[in-house]
Amino acid sequence: MSLTSIFFTFFFYISVLIFITGVSYKIVQYWQTPAPLKIPIAPAPLNRSGVLMRIAREVFLFQSLFKASKWTWIFGWSFHFALVLLFFRHLVYFWPGEIPTILLKTEPLKYAAYPLIFGLLGLLGRRFFVDRVRYISAPSDYLMLLLLIVIGGSGMLMTFAQNHPNMLLVKNFAEGLITFNWSELPSELLFLAHIFLVFLLIAIFPISKLLHAPGIFFSPTLNQVDNARKKRHISQWAKNKESHKKIDLEQNSDEDK
Amino acid sequence: MSENSIEKLPTYLEIPAIKKDSMAGNGPFKASVEVQNELGFPGEKVENWQQVAIDKMAETKSKYRSVQVFLDACVKCGACTDKCHYYLGTADPKNMPVARQDLFRSVYRRHFTFAGKYFPKLVGAKELDEAMLDDWYNYFHQCSQCRRCAVFCPYGIDTAEISMAAREVMNVIGVGQKYPNQILGKINKIGNNLGMPEPALRDTLEDLEEEIKEETGVAVKLPLDIKDSEVLMVTPSADFFAEPHIDGLIGYAKVFHQSGVSWTLSSYASEAANFGMFIGNYDVMRQGALRIRKAALDLNVKRVIVGECGHAWRVAYSFWNTLTGLGSGGNDEYSKKLQQQLDSNYPQPQHIIEFTYDLIQQDKLLFDKSKNDHRVVTFHDSCNVARGSNMGDIKNGQFILPREVIKAACNNFSDMPKGTIKASTFCCGGGGGLLTDDLIELRIKGAKPRMHALKQSEERNGVNTLAAICAICKSQFSKVLPNYEFDPYMIVSVHQLVSDAIILSDNSENSNNKAL
Ligand code: SF4
Ligand code: SF4
Repeated sequence: MSLTSIFFTFFFYISVLIFITGVSYKIVQYWQTPAPLKIPIAPAPLNRSGVLMRIAREVFLFQSLFKASKWTWIFGWSFHFALVLLFFRHLVYFWPGEIPTILLKTEPLKYAAYPLIFGLLGLLGRRFFVDRVRYISAPSDYLMLLLLIVIGGSGMLMTFAQNHPNMLLVKNFAEGLITFNWSELPSELLFLAHIFLVFLLIAIFPISKLLHAPGIFFSPTLNQVDNARKKRHISQWAKNKESHKKIDLEQNSDEDK
Repeated sequence: MSENSIEKLPTYLEIPAIKKDSMAGNGPFKASVEVQNELGFPGEKVENWQQVAIDKMAETKSKYRSVQVFLDACVKCGACTDKCHYYLGTADPKNMPVARQDLFRSVYRRHFTFAGKYFPKLVGAKELDEAMLDDWYNYFHQCSQCRRCAVFCPYGIDTAEISMAAREVMNVIGVGQKYPNQILGKINKIGNNLGMPEPALRDTLEDLEEEIKEETGVAVKLPLDIKDSEVLMVTPSADFFAEPHIDGLIGYAKVFHQSGVSWTLSSYASEAANFGMFIGNYDVMRQGALRIRKAALDLNVKRVIVGECGHAWRVAYSFWNTLTGLGSGGNDEYSKKLQQQLDSNYPQPQHIIEFTYDLIQQDKLLFDKSKNDHRVVTFHDSCNVARGSNMGDIKNGQFILPREVIKAACNNFSDMPKGTIKASTFCCGGGGGLLTDDLIELRIKGAKPRMHALKQSEERNGVNTLAAICAICKSQFSKVLPNYEFDPYMIVSVHQLVSDAIILSDNSENSNNKAL
């Protein structure tokens, strides 16, 4: 195998490893950190199914963002939705062995690249032109968008500008990563740039704001049921206080009148 | 400030362009050594404050999932940037919710994240130095913890949680705010925020009884420390002395009188407000709540009802069950004891609005609505009630019930514009421990969005009365209404409206005045 192929093969596994360990670490951390108080935010659901609906509306429709800012919603939602479609579009490359027919029909999903770029450029534009958003943007916030724009742009150049790399090589390389049956990858620069940045994106996921993806499921303001009067909600560390606070309470009663 | 008052506005408040450092300053008065020590905090900034602060941050984020998740999840989308009344009123970019969080987040990133440790410039990670601490003190005391930003954030990031955490860290290094900490010292010693002892309270209540008798001819009682009453009423102590609060207290008394339900106030727990929440300290908040539990047990009541106070209701509704077991579902010793004693036919605790609303539903209260005909009333949803609690255990009950109570007592009701009420309500500008004269400029500017909405209602619908169910809102509005060319007396308690219209019957045998 060529050095490039070896490098990219390694890079893929390292990125995935960082992704899996990093994100698992974060999920475990969120999971284990107690939420000691009931802090659901209005309009708060009064039961479990209401919470599930709420999370679903936030995850699929970006409900709160819609309420907050229509422009950010249009840009953000089209980008995310397109990203999901493009993810499915790419599955066909990685699918080992017999490819299910459904995946063979994903060709038209490539057009999702347009709303993807549209959304990303919109979000970037906001960072430049809305003074409030410019104020809160760190260099990493611009870079993250640029990274995604270059990924999307390079993909579009390959797909829509007749710069296709050798698709058989792509397929073998991608499938090989999954089946540990490594093979050469095409050497077109556009393609290399594309996958380099994708692997980079996977690697920085757990150390960046991309943590909003697992984070949304753990947000106590969104995932708590508003039933504090009906059900006692208490964390372990708060419970530990109670056992020895009882004595304090007796002392408290002494000072009473 | 008065130029704000004559501004004419389009349908919604314009979002100002950022004006850097427009609210830079030293923040509110700092707590004295004694005040700090009283609460168990160091009296002065400790020697190795940076290290202590970082350790405290680590502890806080390991105890509060909200803090940990919120610090990681923000994508700087900017959706919250124009949602804070303090930003809208001051244009200082550090009053944008995300920028306020970033004061804390940048230090978190520097000390607790890979990217912040190795590439601080890239991700905006910063050291906790003197300048940063000054910013913390200044801008975390420009947040009323109203949670409006959380309604609009796609991840529900609640800046109030961050500002509570930051205030807790500051207290632990010995940099506390005078106003809330001084008050907390009083409640721990005497039982209410005013430091009003039992005899003074008793006198006040007796005076009020006389006043009501004179005015209505009916002997309406305001009982204190009566054992075995049906209801323990816990209300903000402002209800005992401040205007317009006191007329609300008279309203509660009249409602109880008509209901025939025996009730009592407690001199030991004569305060529903709980500033422990504002400083983000679980233990201090719990201490306040424990006083109420103790009063409920000692007085052997069947129900606990909370008066008109925004954050008190949030603490009571959302936190009491956690802090003290007052509620249902707990299985520790105290919870069980309370469940045995308290009447399970009612939610515990209840809000006075729920109590009055239930009576109205059962046709047990009669009103002469014409008594309020000189008023066109609008309702200010107080942020802690609106965004941190419920009433009536129905969806959005906290918006519905108070309006229904008002409508039962008044013929003319009109809501303020959409987007400024209910879940999106604008803070009065004085919540979260900011109701102090050393922050008056901030309070006036922060009230601006609410005042604009009110102005529109005045122009379009002739609104001349602003009703609220929060002691802080009432005090704050009394103070800032004139700055916007409103009558400072247009702010009333919801139960004042009830009080003015309720038809009293002379059923004094029902009221429990025997033990007085
Ligand atoms: S709305 Fe939420 S995610 Fe967006 S900038 Fe504000 S806090 Fe961050
Ligand atoms: S909680 Fe309220 S005061 Fe604090 S930042 Fe959010 S909107 Fe502003």
